[in-house]
Amino acid sequence: MSAELNLPAAPPRQASMAKFLKSHMRDYGMLISLLAIVAFFQYMTNGTLLQPLNLTNLVLQNSYIVIMALGMLLVIVAGHIDLSVGSIVGFIGALAAILMVQFHWHFIPTAIVSLLAGAAIGAAQGYWVAYFRIPSFIVTLAGMLVFRGLSLALLAGQSVGPFPVEFQRLSSGFIPDFFGTEGFHTTTLVLCLATPAIMIGFSIAARLRRHRFAIEQEPLVLFVLKSAGLFAVVAYVGWLLSTYKGLPNVLIIMALLIGLYAFVTRDTTIGRRIYALGGNEKAAKLSGIDTRRLSFYTFVNMGVLAALAGLIFAARLNTATPKAGVSFELDVIAACFIGGASASGGVGRVTGAVIGAFIMGVMNNGMSIVGIGIDWQQVIKGLVLLAAVCFDVYNKGKA
Amino acid sequence: MDSILEMRGIIKTFPGVKALDNVNLSVREGEIHALIGENGAGKSTLMKVLSGVYPHGTYEGEIRFGGQPIAFRGIADSEKLGIIIIHQELALVPLLSITENLFLGNEQAKRGRIDWVAATARARELLRMVGLTDSPETLITDIGVGKQQLVEIAKALSKQVKLLILDEPTASLNESDSDALLALLLRFKEQGISSILISHKLNEIAKVADRVTILRDGSTVETLDCHDGPISQDRIIKGMVGRDLADRYPRRTSNPGDILFQVKGWSADHPIHPGRRVVKDIDLHVRRGEVVGIAGLMGAGRTEFAMSLFGRSYGRNIRGQAFLGGREIDVSTIRRAMDSGIAYATEDRKHYGLVLDNDIRHNVTLANLDGVAKRGVIHHEREIEIANDFRRRLRIRCSDVFQQTVNLSGGNQQKVVLSKWLFADPQVLILDEPTRGIDVGAKYEIYTIVNQLVAEGRGVILISSELPELLGVADRIYVMNEGALVAEMPAAEASQEKIMHAIMSSASKATAARAAVAAAALNTGALESLQ
Repeated sequence: MSAELNLPAAPPRQASMAKFLKSHMRDYGMLISLLAIVAFFQYMTNGTLLQPLNLTNLVLQNSYIVIMALGMLLVIVAGHIDLSVGSIVGFIGALAAILMVQFHWHFIPTAIVSLLAGAAIGAAQGYWVAYFRIPSFIVTLAGMLVFRGLSLALLAGQSVGPFPVEFQRLSSGFIPDFFGTEGFHTTTLVLCLATPAIMIGFSIAARLRRHRFAIEQEPLVLFVLKSAGLFAVVAYVGWLLSTYKGLPNVLIIMALLIGLYAFVTRDTTIGRRIYALGGNEKAAKLSGIDTRRLSFYTFVNMGVLAALAGLIFAARLNTATPKAGVSFELDVIAACFIGGASASGGVGRVTGAVIGAFIMGVMNNGMSIVGIGIDWQQVIKGLVLLAAVCFDVYNKGKA
Repeated sequence: MDSILEMRGIIKTFPGVKALDNVNLSVREGEIHALIGENGAGKSTLMKVLSGVYPHGTYEGEIRFGGQPIAFRGIADSEKLGIIIIHQELALVPLLSITENLFLGNEQAKRGRIDWVAATARARELLRMVGLTDSPETLITDIGVGKQQLVEIAKALSKQVKLLILDEPTASLNESDSDALLALLLRFKEQGISSILISHKLNEIAKVADRVTILRDGSTVETLDCHDGPISQDRIIKGMVGRDLADRYPRRTSNPGDILFQVKGWSADHPIHPGRRVVKDIDLHVRRGEVVGIAGLMGAGRTEFAMSLFGRSYGRNIRGQAFLGGREIDVSTIRRAMDSGIAYATEDRKHYGLVLDNDIRHNVTLANLDGVAKRGVIHHEREIEIANDFRRRLRIRCSDVFQQTVNLSGGNQQKVVLSKWLFADPQVLILDEPTRGIDVGAKYEIYTIVNQLVAEGRGVILISSELPELLGVADRIYVMNEGALVAEMPAAEASQEKIMHAIMSSASKATAARAAVAAAALNTGALESLQ
């Protein structure tokens, strides 16, 4: 690795370390906070936090929050909010339960219908927001009530389950091991070594390209540190999971979605237009962007992801209950804001939202293990959210 | 006659600009004093100094009111002494009633509890004084602009006004409302209330003013006394524009080709008040390699015309045809207008031009993202190259193209907006006040860019309120007033006086034309169709 990194001389416009760190304080700060929180709870729980079983649980518990945070980030960047996602989780879980348990549908058509229903719900809400300019807060507050009510009605107040085993695997299954080593999941470890290696390979290629174009970039030292850190963390997590049951299926889904949404927001014209829409709707419109259609589709997208989260959550509980997904929207929105998204739109990153979701998740998990009651957990989470946003505002005022 | 107000040697500087340079103004007890000057001459700044918007200490010079030196810390201080300013944009809350608006911040209350009976009675009395018969319970949004103006004046009366300042009060009023307002000023004068009237309409000033002070480029030019004999428009215009055209405009040999862009019969209505025509039957054309100027006062409908043309981004009930190279083009949405080769760089770069939170690079490519993307995926290196290229060509002063546009100076922000539209590669570029609020050096650079554009065979429509700029940059000038084009002249034959004449004389001409149409309609019994 180090041989490849030996770039020809220093790039002509390499930023000085101090300046770069200052302008990217927020990005590194987030990552460091997450690591600090993990280290803190690892110590406080006497190592329980990072035990393979608990680590697996941590992923399973947070997967649906992370997946919804991806969609919520786009909604927030576009300058809106979606309060209905928790109710959509409940409603889609109920819908899937009815189709599979009462109508004995196969889980694949059930999943397809559920995702389409999520898209339709998103479209119904996005239509009012985008084309009638009704504030998203109000539209989705209405949606929150409507779909909570509908899931109650659909389930007639009962819990419906259990689900076919194939469907449960969506959430509680693990990827198969192709090596068949006893007591150790080799495939998982291979994947967890190969993935960061490939990612680092891509970033080296990008670095070289930027170098050729003489474009300012991250200082080499930081890049090496970051890459080594990424490799070490993923490899370590992979090794831990390998000693248990391996990679959960849902982690694969989550990782692919994170990759996809990071790509869309950073590298595509659609992503760029969403940022412009949230940053200054009038300017975006006068630059030829169809702002209404764009707003509409961010809600459709959110609906689909909320439906997916609903399926995963139902599969995890192996039952659909009318209470499923209650107050999820708050965790999802908090994840985005902790991750640096701006409430007024135009600012926010996928990686930030994901890290924000994991900060919340690790704190939930860690505090539960330590034995802090649900009452004080909420107090602490609330204060962390406030502190993160205060840090943002303070930083912005200083810049 | 005693002076109620004396302002002496007022100097007000903003970063990089001297907005007021040694201004003197003296208003006598019980007179109507007109204040005139071009856009940007410093009228509004002077009134903000007077009313305390710019508190004492942020300007130099002396202000005496009623003989006493004053040092206002804010508007509240000036209002306490009876100096009330009524801004062009009315400061009324649309969804509150007339009574509530009249006593906003000055509620008729005892220990925090509003006495509605007393308030309504007092409101009725104030409304009677300004000649309004509407119920005080009427919501502001339900009465016309003319009546809203009167409510503002009634509000001033409720505060024991001694000096009333009106900033272009009749700009958005029709003839009869304007007359009513002017008559009211004359009544106030009899009661000993002095007024300062800021207006562009010379006929109004001739009707009511006792004296006229002319401002130009932030200094007092002269004060004329109307009782010494009638003051001609020529006299006033000369005072307003009398300045040399130094070498402030880059030279270019103008060589217009065949007709590139043409608009026929373009009209648009106000977006909120249906039936109020703001753009009236515009016909214009632009040749290849030609800079066409549109002159006019603020509110003449130039921006409204340009925006209604650019994908119907302003107004409703838009009619008319647009042609590019002889073929009719579809400009019904912004995307279609852009695809047809039209671009519009806004006058309000902060609200309509830039995504301020985004960096220079992202703003430059925003209108033509497909130009840096393949199948929807952005090529980042190419994007940075393009941004750097514009940075060099337009000399955008910044640390790098990753700098947020909110941190740039006005001139450099304007250059980013221009870069955005240059990268979109339009055939016809409409520039709306491209040099507003930027310094002389940056202006010169922007004129140079305009020259380059036309040298490439494009057409430029330049909307500007600065007449010297139009004369220095444009090949041909249209004059717009009250939503219609009222004159057209080659820049070589145009002068500031000619343009001002066209504007001033068209005001009455337009009214006459309206009257003629109404008379004709009455004869044919087709009055309903007009309504």
